[in-house]
Amino acid sequence: MAKYVIKRVLMGIFSMFIVATLTFFIMNLVPGGPFVAEKSISVAAQQALEEKYGLDKPLGVQYLNYMDGLLHGDMGLSLKQRGRTVNQIIADKLPISCQVAGIAVAVALCVGIPLGCLSAYHRGKWADNVIIVFATCGIAIPSFISSVLLLYTFGMNLKLLPTTGLNEPAAYIMPVTALAIYPTAYITRLMRSSLLDVMGQDYMRTARAKGVSSVKILFKHALRNAILPVVTYVGPMLAMLMTGSFVVEKIFTIPGLGRDFVSAINTRDYTMIMGTTILLASLVIIANVIVDILYKVIDPRIKLK
Amino acid sequence: MKMKNFVALALAGCMALSLAACGSTATTSETSEAATGEQAADTTEATETTDAAATGSGFTVQLGPNPETLDPALNSAIDGANTIITIFEPLLLVDENNEVVGGQAESWEVSDDGLVWTFTMRDGLKWSDGTDLTAKDFEYSFKRLADPTTAAPYGQTVVGMIAGYNDAVGNPDADGNMTTEPDFDALQVVASEDGKTLTVTLSYPCSYFDKIAAFASMSPVQQATIEANGDGWCTQPETFVCNGPYMITEWTPSERIVLSKNPNYVGGWDSSRIVSDTITLLLIEDDTAAYAAYNSGEAQLIKSVPSDEIPSLTPAEDGGDFYIDSNLGTYYISVNCQREPFTDPLVRKALSLAIDREYVADVVMQGTYSAAHGISCPGITDADGSQFADNANGGEPYISSDYDANLEEAKALMAEAGYPDGEGFPTVTYSTNDQAYHLPLAEYLQSAWAELGITVNIDTVEWASFTPLRRAGDYDISRNGWVMDYDDPSNMLELFQTGNGNNDGKYSNPEFDAAIEASKVADKATHYEQLHKAEDILMEDMGCIPVAYYNDFWLQSPSLQGTWHSPYGYWYLQYGYVE
Repeated sequence: MAKYVIKRVLMGIFSMFIVATLTFFIMNLVPGGPFVAEKSISVAAQQALEEKYGLDKPLGVQYLNYMDGLLHGDMGLSLKQRGRTVNQIIADKLPISCQVAGIAVAVALCVGIPLGCLSAYHRGKWADNVIIVFATCGIAIPSFISSVLLLYTFGMNLKLLPTTGLNEPAAYIMPVTALAIYPTAYITRLMRSSLLDVMGQDYMRTARAKGVSSVKILFKHALRNAILPVVTYVGPMLAMLMTGSFVVEKIFTIPGLGRDFVSAINTRDYTMIMGTTILLASLVIIANVIVDILYKVIDPRIKLK
Repeated sequence: MKMKNFVALALAGCMALSLAACGSTATTSETSEAATGEQAADTTEATETTDAAATGSGFTVQLGPNPETLDPALNSAIDGANTIITIFEPLLLVDENNEVVGGQAESWEVSDDGLVWTFTMRDGLKWSDGTDLTAKDFEYSFKRLADPTTAAPYGQTVVGMIAGYNDAVGNPDADGNMTTEPDFDALQVVASEDGKTLTVTLSYPCSYFDKIAAFASMSPVQQATIEANGDGWCTQPETFVCNGPYMITEWTPSERIVLSKNPNYVGGWDSSRIVSDTITLLLIEDDTAAYAAYNSGEAQLIKSVPSDEIPSLTPAEDGGDFYIDSNLGTYYISVNCQREPFTDPLVRKALSLAIDREYVADVVMQGTYSAAHGISCPGITDADGSQFADNANGGEPYISSDYDANLEEAKALMAEAGYPDGEGFPTVTYSTNDQAYHLPLAEYLQSAWAELGITVNIDTVEWASFTPLRRAGDYDISRNGWVMDYDDPSNMLELFQTGNGNNDGKYSNPEFDAAIEASKVADKATHYEQLHKAEDILMEDMGCIPVAYYNDFWLQSPSLQGTWHSPYGYWYLQYGYVE
């Protein structure tokens, strides 16, 4: 297993290198620049800024400088949020996004898995139908609609929950709900279909024939195998949610990292684009490695190579 | 608070239930009603506490998203300026009657030739950290604005008229490249040894330098904190030293800024009227969220009003809480004057006359803009204090509001230019970014110019690429706009001078340039006369097509008193309080 982990980590680093390189050159191909504003600055000022951030050097040199900094853990100064380093921005904002995402994932798992099981267990009955309708709605409704609905209902009309920031525990309810709806619905459906698939297998029939109680069959034999697709899904989902949701953070004014992904691109804040992309890529890679290890724990038949 | 959390938790439960049980709507609403009833006592209690907190301690407003920077020299955005005017104070101030009054300077004098401005500082001026503030701090700050390494977007605008500016920026050649080593010490701003007076020598008589001295970018910054903390000095409350009526005590980027009363404040604002302990700025980016915050009572004033809601709001003159006020700015269309067929002023005039401006302002822009009949907008004062726009063109609007007659004239002009009914006129492209009313206007123009037989394609360009595209003159027709920095018509008209960095239409007329140059005199009457002449020439050539005047619109709760909106687009909050 150790050998496997080392191999995966090395591959991860290689993937990150490819991601960083491609992003670096592609973003520089896009027209516009970070110092463009309605109010034009003088040529001298533009040159001074470019010199300060090293943008006056040839692209290849810039790339080498950036990679050199990155190897030392330095992602440079943000070009737009002057006076703040990318490391500092990520350190300030990532924990907030992670916190919201962590709760949302926990909610999604705690609600999604039981609902999926329930639905599979009562297949074709009314409970199953209700859950499926709910799950379909949850997948179909985009987060900007559910967020605004929540905000209007509970924030504006009923005035029960705070609409901005995360200053009190109650403020988490709406953003967490908005974030959790989609993964909950997805996990429910995933759990249901996977459980139905497993329950049709021969060994389940054997267990039933041996007279094992259906509850025990479900929890001891079926669930363990059926949960694998959910685990596969949760890894990347967690990574995506941890880096923040643009829509949810914007609507609930949460000082997380999600908005920076989009605004960095819109304002051509090159170092921020690199920082956020590398962060997301590394989280996805780490999550995938963890998922692979979890596979092995859940299903000893799986061999990690 | 604890009770409130419990309610919230209970609600979350309800919410989950109501989501799960999609079918039984009736029951759910009943439950929530019952819950509200039961908790009524607690809610009142909670409201009472918030109210009590609000009267004594402060109020909450939303004036824009997270400011990119709060360094007065680096800021170029209106959101930033709105915060800067509350936490900083320049030499002079613009009061609620739009008159220039003393700020950090108690009084000021101008020499007869209009070149030497002497400011006498107030006694006992302090920074928010308690240290002394003197004229020397202003000398440092003004020189910092000129220094190219600061890269101040407003450097040229605010200190460009001070003698020695060219040496300070390294005497740039025609392409803007420096020919000498920049020496920002050459800037003719001299503080007296005792720090009591500041003498500024101008390179030409700039009759409106008092308004410049009141501009947000001209706020003083403390050398000590900048040298100790670099660019990051203004990103955290601990190192943020300012000199205005309020100071920053909390800043959660993209969430909120909390301003607290500055105990060391000495300046032009009346300290006895500064009553609120804190002002909270919610850094909401989303209109809907701002609207929700306002309606839930979390904010007492919001600037981001969702345009969909505007028709349903009650205007302030009808006793409502929706305010519209003019802003020094004009929405105009740049026509690429270097490109065929727009080199012909007849074509440009025809394009202009074919626009029904009243329809654009009232319908396309939902009444949030006003129809424009010239490039100078309402709010700009003339030599005698009257409205510059009212006196323009001998008191007649440049563009008549009789749309039908205008359209006939436009058709005649097209024929005269050699394109009767648009025959032989090439298909042209209208470039715009997709924000606010830009796209609806583009679609309107498409239909309006179709009346002249012109086919228009709309090219939607993303913002970051749009500005460079316009600046490079790489377009046929494009939307444009300018919100003025200070109340002098030159700030608008200079945009159309040959070689101006923001002259996106590449309009060039030596007569116009001459009028602008001739306006740079100490005599106010001549100054304004020349600028009127310049606007006459610009409008005769239709060097740009004015469409609408900017307005600011906002929602303000009747409980919030003492604040005002200025035509500069700023909200003055320092006297604000909640009743």
